[in-house]
Amino acid sequence: MTMETQRSASHPATPPSAASSGPAPADPGTAATPAPPAASPEKIKFFADREKIYPRNIHGTWRQIKWAVLGVLLALYYIGPWIRWDRGPGAPDQALLIDMPGRRAYFFTIEIWPQEVYYLTGLLIIAAIGLFLVTAWFGRVWCGFTCPQTVWTDLFMWVERKIEGDRNARLRLDKAPLSFGKAGRKIGKHAAWLLIALATGGAWIMYFNDAPTVVRAFFTGQASTAVYGFTALFTATTYLLAGWAREQVCIYMCPWPRFQSAMFDEDSLIVTYEDWRGEPRGSARKGQSFEGRGDCVDCGLCWQVCPTGVDIRKGQQMACIGCALCIDACNNVMDRFGRPRNLITYDSIANQNARAEGRPVRMRLVRPRTLIYIAVLAIAATVMAYTLVTRDRVDVAVQPDRSPLFVQLSDGSIRNAYTFKILNMERNNKSYTLTTAGITGAMLTVIGYQAEPATSTVLPARPDDVATFRVLVTAPPESVPLATHDLWFVLTDQATGEVVEHRTVFASSGN
Amino acid sequence: MAEQKEVDRLTGTETTGHEWDGIKELNTPLPRWWLYVFYATILFSVVWVILYPAWPIGLSDYTKGVIGYSARADLMRDLEAQRAERAVWRERFEAQEVAEIARDPDLLQFAMAGGRVLFADNCAPCHGSGGAGAPGFPNLVDDNWMWGGTLEEIHHTVVYGVRNDHPEARMSEMPAYGTLGILERDEIAAVADHVLHLAGRGEDDPRGREIFAEQCAACHGDAGKGLAELGAPDLTNNIWLFGGTRQDIIAQIRQPRHGVMPYWFERLGEAELKQVTIYVHALGGGQ
Ligand code: SF4
Ligand code: SF4
Repeated sequence: MTMETQRSASHPATPPSAASSGPAPADPGTAATPAPPAASPEKIKFFADREKIYPRNIHGTWRQIKWAVLGVLLALYYIGPWIRWDRGPGAPDQALLIDMPGRRAYFFTIEIWPQEVYYLTGLLIIAAIGLFLVTAWFGRVWCGFTCPQTVWTDLFMWVERKIEGDRNARLRLDKAPLSFGKAGRKIGKHAAWLLIALATGGAWIMYFNDAPTVVRAFFTGQASTAVYGFTALFTATTYLLAGWAREQVCIYMCPWPRFQSAMFDEDSLIVTYEDWRGEPRGSARKGQSFEGRGDCVDCGLCWQVCPTGVDIRKGQQMACIGCALCIDACNNVMDRFGRPRNLITYDSIANQNARAEGRPVRMRLVRPRTLIYIAVLAIAATVMAYTLVTRDRVDVAVQPDRSPLFVQLSDGSIRNAYTFKILNMERNNKSYTLTTAGITGAMLTVIGYQAEPATSTVLPARPDDVATFRVLVTAPPESVPLATHDLWFVLTDQATGEVVEHRTVFASSGN
Repeated sequence: MAEQKEVDRLTGTETTGHEWDGIKELNTPLPRWWLYVFYATILFSVVWVILYPAWPIGLSDYTKGVIGYSARADLMRDLEAQRAERAVWRERFEAQEVAEIARDPDLLQFAMAGGRVLFADNCAPCHGSGGAGAPGFPNLVDDNWMWGGTLEEIHHTVVYGVRNDHPEARMSEMPAYGTLGILERDEIAAVADHVLHLAGRGEDDPRGREIFAEQCAACHGDAGKGLAELGAPDLTNNIWLFGGTRQDIIAQIRQPRHGVMPYWFERLGEAELKQVTIYVHALGGGQ
């Protein structure tokens, strides 16, 4: 409740949009406003209707950047699964592939086994800290430029504009009575949206299947129910989220805006309105003097271009995703009136205060907060890279038999049995020498491979596979006097000489 | 609830009109589509209840749902599918001899996995989950076999069992030297001492040795090494089915106990019998 009070206090309600009904971070320096008159005889509304937003098209630097980012990201997404990568015979040749039934993930040269999923954790940590760092520096660039919700919404809006026209045309069309023309445009738009959504959902599936195969199967009706089901699911979500829900996702569903203000400080870049030179606002004619008044001509273009319907002049608010389109809008207007650009600007709060007071501005990239993020990022990346480069491509898993713990043989010697697994994570056939250490006179028997007890034995492993053996270790009673003893299995790769040692226990009667 | 709008003086936000001890709640309206999503979930549950099994009726019945879905039927279908998948393996197991199977690494792997489950289901009650046995139930993990430890011998024992009513069953019976009056008490004690000596424990008893050669060597061999064809155990090691104390041995000579094992060929299929055989052989003692 206190939070709500603080936040709303800086932005008295006169919403041109649904968006400003969301709470916004406090704007320092703005005092609480006096109470508006109370009690009008209307009924209280507990549910708010969505006000449809009709964003206007705009040209400018930020729009250009946004198009470029959108193009690159969509290209990466759609081309990704088609990149081929030769891994030799028997292995998938898709550069990016998560093979669920095969329990493998492929990323170019890197192949991840299920027990190495912690690399995914590492990746997520790096991504999260990276996001924190970028947010501390540049504000909501993730939201404004790269979030899939933003990218696809932008794409869908572009389609909408191509079919139904710009803001005014769309407003008129929606008010117009139903006609063939209107129905045609609406149907065309939704058909186009659905097609894009299908392509989106379809591309998602390709990251989990061999792309050419799954595409062929998809169109010949041969694909699995899971493929069709997930394609349908992601088609539906894309269509609904980018076509219908749009800014509602950012305002009501997404958790990120709710806690990203924790990464902000007064040196973070945000999209902000220079109220110190904009106010008092008022309409203006071309060529008129701006003496004694603010630069804002109150044309409303800034909130008309806004994809979330925000009026940025009311200060920073949660619904603003920082897409910077209002900067372009306002710059066009300022150019027309010959006033300095960037009345709406990408700037930090500290700099805004400095500018307002005529003090010099500076960009502070190095701050305790960013240093900490960088440090954490560097540590996580180093650990990840180090473990990835030095990770073993052969691993051993040993499980001693528990029932019975040991067996006494007719000659009195003691035998333990082990389930011995070799995880050969390389793409070629391997053969290993297995020996033991730690117990004098220990002899090895391997079911199906080594019938006669020996001090060392040879075990094969197929490429990219887990080889399982039943290994019996027999020791003379005098070398195993205790209840448990340490036993080492030593596995040597015959080709490379690489050695894996694994410690386990050898149980005995203890008397 | 107040029917009229009221605006909070400090924040400029409407209140909901709800009041507790003078504390009022600010009204932040929920988006209406959210409400509709909630209605949709209710509708979903209604549809679900109509289509799928949902409500219990009494203690043992339930509403079946109109599309006739059943998780049990699903499971049966899955099991059927798996059985079909395994059919190729089954054929290979049926077509080949146990020894051949054990030489093929893939089949060996398969037999070990299948045998483990079969053993746990059928054999573990007597022989223990790991095959370590119990007094009266032979240990299958060590290298000591009453009826032979090769794959073929184990296979025969598993298929036909021991001392049951099947004509092919392993059959042997040691006479009850005491209760039948063949040997006197002190003679039995002397034999027991000799047997203990064979196993490396205690002084030999010359009288026992004599009686042993007369009465026992026919089955257990002169040196007491046993004879797998007759199910006569090796007496020279310290692995004792019915206990290894002097008392236990005397009791066994006086009135022997004899274990019984059922035949499995009617309960398990040919492939399963081979899998259990290979698994038991691989427990450690197989010869
Ligand atoms: S608020 Fe959430 S969904 Fe919206 S742009 Fe930002 S991250 Fe994406
Ligand atoms: S206020 Fe400006 S920066 Fe924020 S979402 Fe709207 S157009 Fe984008």
